[in-house]
Amino acid sequence: MYHAIVFFPLVGAIIAGLFGRIIGHKRSEQLTSGLLVASAILSCVAFIDVAMNNNPATVNLLSWIHSGTLNIDWVLRIDTLTAVMLVVVNGVSSLVHIYSIGYMSHDPGRSRFFAYLSLFTFMMLMLVTADNFVQLFFGWEGVGLASYLLIGFWFKKPSANAAAMKAFVVNRVGDFGLILGMAAIYFTVGSLQFDEVFAAAGALSEGKFDFLGLTLPTLTTICLLLFMGAMGKSAQFMLHTWLPDAMEGPTPVSALIHAATMVTAGVFLVARCSPLFELSPTASAVVICVGAITAFFAATVGLVQNDIKRVIAYSTCSQLGYMFVALGVGAYQVAMFHLFTHAFFKALLFLGAGSVIHAMQDEQDMRKMGGLRQLVPTTWFMMLIGTLALTGFPLTAGFFSKDAVIEAAYAAHAGPHMFGFVLLVVAALFTSFYSWRLMFMTFYGQPRCSTETLNHVHESPPVMLVPLLVLALGALGAGLVFAGSFIGDGQAAFWGASIFTGPDNHVLHDLHNVPLWVKLSPLVMMMTGFIVAWVMYIRSPEWPAQIAAQHDLLYKFLLNKWYIDELYHLIFVRPVAWLARLFWKGGDGYVIDGFGPNGIAANVLRVTQRFVGLQTGFVYHYAFVMLVGVAGFVSWFMLAGGH
Amino acid sequence: MFNDIGLILPELVLFLGAMGLLMLGAFSSKDATRTVDFGAIILLLVAAVLSLTQSQNGYATAFNGAFVVDGFAALMKALTFVATAIAILMSRDFMAREKLARFEFSVLLVLAATGMGMMISANDLIALYMGIELQSLALYVVAAINRDSLRSTESGLKYFVLGALSSGLLLYGASLIYGFSGSIEFAEIAKAFQPVDGQLPIAMTIGLVFLIAGLAFKISAVPFHMWTPDVYEGAPTAVTAFFAAAPKLAGMAIFLRVMLTAFPDAIIAWQQIIIFVSFASMLLGAFAAIGQQNIKRLMAYSSIGHMGFALVGFAAGTQDGVSGVILYMTLYAIMTLGTFACILSMRREGGMVERIDNLAGLSQTRPFMAACLAIMMFSLAGIPPMAGFFGKLFVFRAAIDAGLYGLSILGVLSSVVGAYYYLRIVKIMYIDAPSEDDYQPMPRELSIMAGVMAGFALLFFVYPAPLIELSNGAAAALLNGAGTDVVTGLLSRP
Repeated sequence: MYHAIVFFPLVGAIIAGLFGRIIGHKRSEQLTSGLLVASAILSCVAFIDVAMNNNPATVNLLSWIHSGTLNIDWVLRIDTLTAVMLVVVNGVSSLVHIYSIGYMSHDPGRSRFFAYLSLFTFMMLMLVTADNFVQLFFGWEGVGLASYLLIGFWFKKPSANAAAMKAFVVNRVGDFGLILGMAAIYFTVGSLQFDEVFAAAGALSEGKFDFLGLTLPTLTTICLLLFMGAMGKSAQFMLHTWLPDAMEGPTPVSALIHAATMVTAGVFLVARCSPLFELSPTASAVVICVGAITAFFAATVGLVQNDIKRVIAYSTCSQLGYMFVALGVGAYQVAMFHLFTHAFFKALLFLGAGSVIHAMQDEQDMRKMGGLRQLVPTTWFMMLIGTLALTGFPLTAGFFSKDAVIEAAYAAHAGPHMFGFVLLVVAALFTSFYSWRLMFMTFYGQPRCSTETLNHVHESPPVMLVPLLVLALGALGAGLVFAGSFIGDGQAAFWGASIFTGPDNHVLHDLHNVPLWVKLSPLVMMMTGFIVAWVMYIRSPEWPAQIAAQHDLLYKFLLNKWYIDELYHLIFVRPVAWLARLFWKGGDGYVIDGFGPNGIAANVLRVTQRFVGLQTGFVYHYAFVMLVGVAGFVSWFMLAGGH
Repeated sequence: MFNDIGLILPELVLFLGAMGLLMLGAFSSKDATRTVDFGAIILLLVAAVLSLTQSQNGYATAFNGAFVVDGFAALMKALTFVATAIAILMSRDFMAREKLARFEFSVLLVLAATGMGMMISANDLIALYMGIELQSLALYVVAAINRDSLRSTESGLKYFVLGALSSGLLLYGASLIYGFSGSIEFAEIAKAFQPVDGQLPIAMTIGLVFLIAGLAFKISAVPFHMWTPDVYEGAPTAVTAFFAAAPKLAGMAIFLRVMLTAFPDAIIAWQQIIIFVSFASMLLGAFAAIGQQNIKRLMAYSSIGHMGFALVGFAAGTQDGVSGVILYMTLYAIMTLGTFACILSMRREGGMVERIDNLAGLSQTRPFMAACLAIMMFSLAGIPPMAGFFGKLFVFRAAIDAGLYGLSILGVLSSVVGAYYYLRIVKIMYIDAPSEDDYQPMPRELSIMAGVMAGFALLFFVYPAPLIELSNGAAAALLNGAGTDVVTGLLSRP
């Protein structure tokens, strides 16, 4: 069964990718989607078997690298953590496959698209089923590749290519950390197998190692390096810049990769390495800070964005920050729970946004939308459910998971948890505001688009609406159904050995006993955000412009995403470009070409002309040369060599 | 006495045959060119077989040590004779169309081959001079055989004047050596010319320089090469084809023999000269050829460069080096003859063309000719897996083993420069657009020759062992003086 779960997507990717031209678009779509649905159903079975019935499994596939002391096997490790990810990945992926049949119906490169989607799914499965760091890294890079291919799917658009490259390059920065972390682990533990590394965690926390004259605490260094990788993949503050740009890709891609699955790989990595992070308070504190700042930062930027997908992208970024705060305070289960529910409602929001964009003939600017509620009622309703879940409306999925994150941040004892708590609460306010702003600008008020576009607005076909419906059910019910197992009383049995919590870690217990005001704060924030949004966009639609004009500096600051891209451009891109130009023009062009190939070639010609010029055609010249030669040799022997 | 006659049998056959053919041509009532040509080819092939069978005798001398027969001589003579025969075969169509078909041409070539044979077998200074003059006189005449062409006569005259000068240098050197050593025999000279306290007698060294100048002239090594481009360009193309192959083989053979048998202990002296000459030849061959527009002139510089490469192995002075030179010269002769088979086919309605530009688009108009020429160019440039690559490989390996790193590196670098002009011809043939008028079809014997040579150059790497073993055997025979039986040794190989 596990073989099938993992390899069905690969089979689909290979067939659709290599033989898509032969079997045609329609069959490629059906084949990949069918295989994914089968894989998703099997994943649910596996989830029940592994997580509910507590029956983890390991499947030996083949031995991969055996070199000296480095032994790496290709093993599928199926524990609860993996099972949760299997459901998320295959569930969302299968729905996105089906949705894409409708969404991409006019695209000439559909087979390729589905091949990429399936390839991505396979790589993500490789990542989550990894039994060692190298296998994880294989999946990690694989999803990076698939993400690159899918962001740049419309490769004729220069902006899509730029975004794809940006995603790849920024991820390399994080991957660099991950590689270093893996190297440090192998250097200190001598193995990359999860169980062996985790077993050595206790010893590592005591250890120190020397690097370039610095003495570093081993475990903290490793954790921080691993977290650097997680930051890149999960678009955390400072390494987040690629995620909004990645929205250049087709919307189903955004839903699958940049909301539900790939970006949560960092969260998964930290949760998987909970035995390491548990023992490194410093690293956990860093995780809290970065997560909280990301949650806050992305939410502020989301307040003023006008592109419907960018709003959701920043929202994703922000929600990932929530998950990292939960990880940092030791509530790994809560983080995974939020990951789980978030996958539903964020995919729902993205696919809903895709449905809106589809209806509006590829218009993404919310300022040109409005009043679409009557025109696309089903989409509106789905988006409403997604928004409710995201903002944490009682009994929806977000209500359980997000509030649990905030409560965990308050209840924890370790590190800067109050810092995290405050920022998360504020971010909850912003979340509510930008979510409702999105709803109001898109679906309410007067239509702001051209009449011609308006006349063509139509509800999406059923093939796109059914996946929305399934996700909506998840967004509504996932929290209610699974809260008990994920973070409630049944959590210990549910997670089994897949997540490690230290003996002093009672966050999960304590979060149920926080004061009432803490429990109510997210709800209050949600209501406040809703009201403010309603006032500004329904009651007095002229306010936002006025406020923006009054606080021009702040507005510009937020609109330009805290100028981080500009800052990076100044600090990294320009110096590197300058250096590259120097090496290109100066080093390669002037020095190497000038004195190398081109210079030599030019000199060859000069020498040639000299030599040709020697051949005058006069016999006495020729005789002269001969005699000079003889005289030269004789002189040589008489003066130097003749002795 | 009879034994002596047996040893000079190949040369004797050639000489008497040449006389017979001369009589036939002179007294025949009708035009006997065709008969004489084929008679000459048969004579040369017979002589080649005879000289190969002679190697069974091992090392033997005749006429009081003036004439030597050994495995080295046998192999080099056979190669020279065959190369001459091929040159005659390839010249027939050309000579007929250029209205130069005269029976004297073949007779002269046979006489030149006789001279070359005597040269290769020379074992003292007098025999050396006699052989060189015999072949040179014939060559001067064939260079000017197109009497009505100003360029042909000019080239013949230049060749003659400069050749006379080089003979003078050689004779002057020979007289110095004789004066010092008191002998003209190579073996005796070797005994007299010993370094004393690590120093060589200076007068003898000067004699050696003059001798080398005379010999280097024959293989057109820099700075004694100046005649080559003019003679190659001016002489009728069929004659150039002959010049480029057989005399070079013979010249290199006698050069090797003189240095290694008469001056084996003076290697510290002549090695320096050879290194310089080799280096200068490679360099000049590579650079000057780039500036050429005429393909015959280009081939002249190409052959100068190739002599430089062969001399790299010579400079090593070891058995491997000599073996490499022999292999290199053999492959060079094959490649050159194949190339000239193509050049001899560059004939349009109005006559022969010689400019490199004229080859533009040849791949479309004459694909077979273009393919053969392209293979030859790749091989001459030394690009693997063509035959030319192996020639270079062996000489450079010998040089490296002998510690001549600088020369090897410079050699490889100049072969890079040289590759440019070879590949330019390929580019012109395959990429440039063809011109209006088409080439006439390749004459049959030329297309066969070009095809065979190209096939050899292309497929040599499949089974290179026989030729390599022949070269090794010949080199061993030359260096050890012992009776190494080259041919039967090879044939009886397990």
